[in-house]
Amino acid sequence: MPQRMTKTRAEPAPIRPANETDVPGVIALDREITGLLKAEYWHEMFERYGAHPDASRVFLVAGIGSRIDGFIVGEVRAWEFGSSPSGWIFAVQVRPGRRVQGLGSRLFGAVCDSFRAAGIDRVRTMVAPANTVIHSFFRSQGMTAGPFIELEMRLD
Amino acid sequence: MTLQKATIIALYAVLELAAEPERQLTAVEIAEKYDISAHHLAKVLRDLGRGGLVDAVRGAGGGYRFTGNAKRLTLMDVISLFEDVEAETDALPARAAGQEIAQGLRFVLGEIDTQAVATLRSISLSTMLKLAARRPWAGVEMNPVKRGARRAG
Repeated sequence: MPQRMTKTRAEPAPIRPANETDVPGVIALDREITGLLKAEYWHEMFERYGAHPDASRVFLVAGIGSRIDGFIVGEVRAWEFGSSPSGWIFAVQVRPGRRVQGLGSRLFGAVCDSFRAAGIDRVRTMVAPANTVIHSFFRSQGMTAGPFIELEMRLD
Repeated sequence: MTLQKATIIALYAVLELAAEPERQLTAVEIAEKYDISAHHLAKVLRDLGRGGLVDAVRGAGGGYRFTGNAKRLTLMDVISLFEDVEAETDALPARAAGQEIAQGLRFVLGEIDTQAVATLRSISLSTMLKLAARRPWAGVEMNPVKRGARRAG
């Protein structure tokens, strides 16, 4: 009897606060996805958001052992422009082979839970118009256009 | 952004059918629900069929059913079957003297188009259906800018 080939899903990677030994895995995953090596940046990010975690500064990773399959970083920001404090997500990555399996949604849910624990009722982020993958991801989580318009100007 | 009537009708039809892919609906049933012309809708459904988004089931009990992938198809995929929202709108004036203002205006309008197209590309039919069920507009002022402009005037 021919054996049926079945596509197996990888075991769900647990989500936990990042620790210092996770930073090389974060650097490697970010490099794999973006093509950029930003070792110093991620060590600084860990110092700022992961070394002393609380509900308002969140650096979460998903993975088993030293293999990092995803991460998310955010913080509570007391915004200017008349806005009340809100959660702000400024980094999220999921290993391409582990996408569309709910890992990004679990990371997003976990960071939102942290913001709720800090008494925050709103989460924001910013995406490049051309980055359809990440834009679609945030939309699929229920995010819609916020009340602010981003502006910039060249200073050269 | 204003979409053509056929495009809006297409979005209604595709989203209605994608909400329950196993279900078949006639053009009349969809037209009645959205208060649109069944004749116009029938033409739109033919275009959606040619685009591979819906399938027509003939005979008694027939109708249309959704055949696409609601998690992959975006609002932009549907819209682009009916109109080109990314097209350059106005040609620049032939005379060099008028080009500076014309290019500046095109630059500003391009900012708006970039946001609009990125938004339409980012929302899958599945996400759109979830958004509609969640009703995020409930209790939120729609078009606050227009309302503010009226107050200022």
